[in-house]
Amino acid sequence: MGPKAQRTVKFLGDVLAWFATGSHWQGTNGIPHRVFEHLVMSGAAVGAALLVAMPPSLYLGHLRRFGSIAINFTNAGRAIPSFAVLVLAAQIFGIGAEPAFIALFVLAIPPLVTNSYVGMADVDPEIRDSAKGMGMTGWQSLWHVELPVALPVVLAGVRTAAVQVVATATLAALVAWGGLGRYIIDGLAQRDFVQVFAGAFLVAVLSVLTELVLALLQRFTVSAGLTHRHRGKNEPFVGAATAVVEPT
Amino acid sequence: MPGPAVVAQTSEPWIRWNWVSSHTDVVFHALRDHVELTLIAVGIGMLISVPLALLARRWRWFEAPVLSVTGILYTIPSIALLALLVPWTGLTRTTAEIALVSYTLLILIRNIVAGLAGVPADVREAAEGMGYTPTRQFARVELPLALPVIIAGIRIAVVTTIGLVTVTAVIGQGGLGQLILDGLIRDFRTEVVVGSVLCVALAVVADLALVGVQRVAMPWARRRSAP
Repeated sequence: MGPKAQRTVKFLGDVLAWFATGSHWQGTNGIPHRVFEHLVMSGAAVGAALLVAMPPSLYLGHLRRFGSIAINFTNAGRAIPSFAVLVLAAQIFGIGAEPAFIALFVLAIPPLVTNSYVGMADVDPEIRDSAKGMGMTGWQSLWHVELPVALPVVLAGVRTAAVQVVATATLAALVAWGGLGRYIIDGLAQRDFVQVFAGAFLVAVLSVLTELVLALLQRFTVSAGLTHRHRGKNEPFVGAATAVVEPT
Repeated sequence: MPGPAVVAQTSEPWIRWNWVSSHTDVVFHALRDHVELTLIAVGIGMLISVPLALLARRWRWFEAPVLSVTGILYTIPSIALLALLVPWTGLTRTTAEIALVSYTLLILIRNIVAGLAGVPADVREAAEGMGYTPTRQFARVELPLALPVIIAGIRIAVVTTIGLVTVTAVIGQGGLGQLILDGLIRDFRTEVVVGSVLCVALAVVADLALVGVQRVAMPWARRRSAP
């Protein structure tokens, strides 16, 4: 084995040893607590964004009004770096949990708005007409017909938002908040690359798991009658129509 | 929720123009770095994506593994990917570029494949019937028709990369991100504002420039469809 390979093996051994160290599993800087913080913060941000952004977007999609605003929300969101949002939030609200929450909340909104709007607005007009023909009121049609049909697109927006928030919550360690980003930011500051690597590994696993869990949730909550026209994973990134997952 | 009381704590203004005018060289340097990091990332991204997308078109079985591997890369947060690379490539531009390139791949490959797949079968048959060789058919018929979707992919790759470059500031790269991070550390708002505003401006300008390229590259599409 060359010296480079030897160094790699030793480094990975150190990472394993880091994970095997009991103190890294206890206390406020322990892995369980950091994962808990990370998930609670992400859940709170996405939950708040859902409450604020989802009802008006679904309703406007139902009315098919203000579509260009709803769609351009995501395009504008893409141009604004989440890193900048986070640091600006820290400038306004001081450091700690508040700026992290505000920044994540703001970042979760564009995909929710765009997908909720587009999902509802794209419901086949014939389906809406049949709902009307059956004597449904606007609200009944929205709730019992349009929303179930729009669900795959709406949930894709939730998934986009959630994955983005979980990933960006890592950066929140820069504004002195906790979560798994602490290991990366502290490790970089202390040149402790074993800790950096371990933290990065945990974040990567958590992000991929979030994506998988929400993909499953999407599969099980969408009506079986619709699954054949489930949005394919291989659609091009055309940008405007629905939110595309952004790397974070 | 913290109200205006918290804001009032600091009297630091959002922008100090005298800092901006005395640091134009710093700002310009950061901007140039940002543009370089972006161009290299998307350029290398294209060099990798084009052959992979063409192979995925030729052998359909190749498409699924390429898209799932690049999809997993895409899901990993940039800061984590940077951190995973640091032990091997250090706090260098190489580390930043590996991460940035890896995020362009899914966008570019998916759009190239979708663009080429979207060429109608009867158009292909017509080209074949006119006696086009496969290479000429690709260059003269399929590629021009796929171009709008491919350019849409490049636009999204460029705009997302411009945003992501800021994160590479945590490993000492980062162009305008370096200004933002520095402003955060020193509690100096001017740097944060200048870095953020220029970053958004750069993304908008780059996007508009690519729309311009699209119009020049596809004169036939100008009248029918605005991008």
